[in-house]
Amino acid sequence: LAEALFWPALLAYGEAAVAYAGNIRRPGGLGKLATWGVRIGWLVQTALLAAQAVEADGFPWGTWAGSLNLFVWLVVGVYLVWGCRPRYRLLGLAVMPLAAAVFVLSYAAGGMEGHGSDYSTLFLVGHVGLVLAGLAGLTLAAALAGLYLWQEGRLKRHRAAGLLRLGAPSLLSLDELAARVVVFAFPALTLGIAAGLARLLAEGGSVDALVAAGVATWSLYCIFLLLRYAAGWRGRRSARLVLAGFVLVASVLVLPFVHF
Amino acid sequence: MHLALVGTSHHHAPVDVRERLAAGPDLLADLGSVAEAVCLATCNRTELYLAADEAAEAEAQATGTLTALAGDEVEPHLYRLQDEAAALHLFRVAAGLDSLVPGEGEILGQVRAAYEEGRVGPLLDRLFRQALHVGKRVRAETAIGESPTSVPSAAAALAQQLFGELGGRLVLVIGAGKTGEQAARSLIARGAEIAAVANRDAARAVELTGRVGGRSIPLERVEEELAGVDVVVSATSAPGFVLRREQVAPALEARRGAPLFLIDIAVPRDIDPGIDDLDDCYLYDIDDLEEVVQESLAGRRREGEAAEAMAAEEARRFGSWLASLDVVPAITQLRAHAEDIRRAELARAEGRLGRLSDADRSAVESLTSQIVNKLLHLPTVRMKEAAAGAEGVVYADAVRRLFGLDGEGVDDSSARKPRK
Repeated sequence: LAEALFWPALLAYGEAAVAYAGNIRRPGGLGKLATWGVRIGWLVQTALLAAQAVEADGFPWGTWAGSLNLFVWLVVGVYLVWGCRPRYRLLGLAVMPLAAAVFVLSYAAGGMEGHGSDYSTLFLVGHVGLVLAGLAGLTLAAALAGLYLWQEGRLKRHRAAGLLRLGAPSLLSLDELAARVVVFAFPALTLGIAAGLARLLAEGGSVDALVAAGVATWSLYCIFLLLRYAAGWRGRRSARLVLAGFVLVASVLVLPFVHF
Repeated sequence: MHLALVGTSHHHAPVDVRERLAAGPDLLADLGSVAEAVCLATCNRTELYLAADEAAEAEAQATGTLTALAGDEVEPHLYRLQDEAAALHLFRVAAGLDSLVPGEGEILGQVRAAYEEGRVGPLLDRLFRQALHVGKRVRAETAIGESPTSVPSAAAALAQQLFGELGGRLVLVIGAGKTGEQAARSLIARGAEIAAVANRDAARAVELTGRVGGRSIPLERVEEELAGVDVVVSATSAPGFVLRREQVAPALEARRGAPLFLIDIAVPRDIDPGIDDLDDCYLYDIDDLEEVVQESLAGRRREGEAAEAMAAEEARRFGSWLASLDVVPAITQLRAHAEDIRRAELARAEGRLGRLSDADRSAVESLTSQIVNKLLHLPTVRMKEAAAGAEGVVYADAVRRLFGLDGEGVDDSSARKPRK
């Protein structure tokens, strides 16, 4: 069933990505089509995950490919919080092609098969689930930061008419929103990493590249929060730091070996 | 029933003709013999929309009313449209497609006011309701009305692009002239507050603060204000810069990364262009703002293509409805005639049906109704289809003649004789 649900979900995500691109040329109807694509795709993927959970013996997203599947669902779910608003359709152009690509990667790597794991479901929910929720939030924050830098550049170069035509969100709201998303994502990432490290210490395992990348990501966003809320960083500097953090987020997601 | 439009607008008449035609709903009193009439009068147009059985007659009356108001010399400036073409014109007007600035929103309110003050019946009620719907639809489904069309509104729109809602944002106005005031008012209309007005002539600054709010300060104290305001509007007639990079740079530290939007609408320029190189400073001069306005107008014209298609689609729909008015009375008469026959035949069979139970009687009633409905269904559909074309009237006449609905029916007494 999961396999059968993959294609309609991918089709809806793909349609959304293409419609968001078309919406740049002619804002309006295509934007609505894109939003419906996201909604429908996410609902179908929800059904897909539910089918996997029912079929699998335990937490079915413990593999690298499975975690990418869950990651896409979380990213699109978080995006939907604002994505239905016309002003945030530009954000969809950044998010949906990425979501569709990662979804395909997950499928190609066997993420729809829903293997069980030797680890307990409780540990996997606490570790993989929370880390992925945190990374999904940070991915959204990076998309918001990227949009901020693009818009800021246009305003600086006095090419603002296009922004007005697209009905893009204001610079200040993008700046605030990116920081707020990091504030919400960071505790999830912290708890998820803490759960993993606690298990590692208890079982006496060794630190691999993925663990190191995860801790580095956590450290960078920790520094970001300090600079933002203690040193008053905002605007371009703040956006660049969030984007730099996404390089680490991406490395955590695509390190091509099985961690579990 | 037909729709007739007689009027003129800025496309057809110069202002001296339009001002002579300036009128309101009072004009409708001169059209007392016309069943339905609406006068749409704005600074750019005076139009009379009439619903009458004879369109040419209504047109002549409207022309007479307008020439009586403004003289015979206005006649060459008048346009006359009928039915679907008249509807299309009104829909384009309501959508802002016929306005001086494409997509401007004020016209929709003026169409609504004309509708409310007019003498409307079924035809004009439908026409104006649909026009209001078209106006709203075009603005909801296209971006025709969203971009700024003047320098002050472009400045305010850019400030919103930076800050979002301008509620609570503080503005420093440098210069107390008309241009600066217009820009300030545009920002105030979007929720911003004037913090201070700086001007060389203190009396004029005080005068302006009386109108737009804020404090009056001397030009020398502008630097002190920079740390606390979000927007600076400068429009003085000074020959050189009144705000230099060296004055702005120190204020940025105190702002801790908060953006500062500077609008220079003076010629020669008031604000040092080097300020634009500073982080978190966004400086737009008059040329930048003019460019935004021009691009916005071009964008509105592009959006206008989609809006034109919507107006045309709605006009076709209205045209079909209008044409159906020719056949609706014939359909109604035909159905009433069939129903009369059904009831009469049931009444004549009363003697035999009297023995039926209530349930059986109800079944007979239902059966005869179904037969009548099924027989009339296809002719009704065909007539409605024909109404969309030119044959609607022909079909309606044929039905009236065939079924004797025009009062020239044949004696059908033979049909009443019971069959043996």
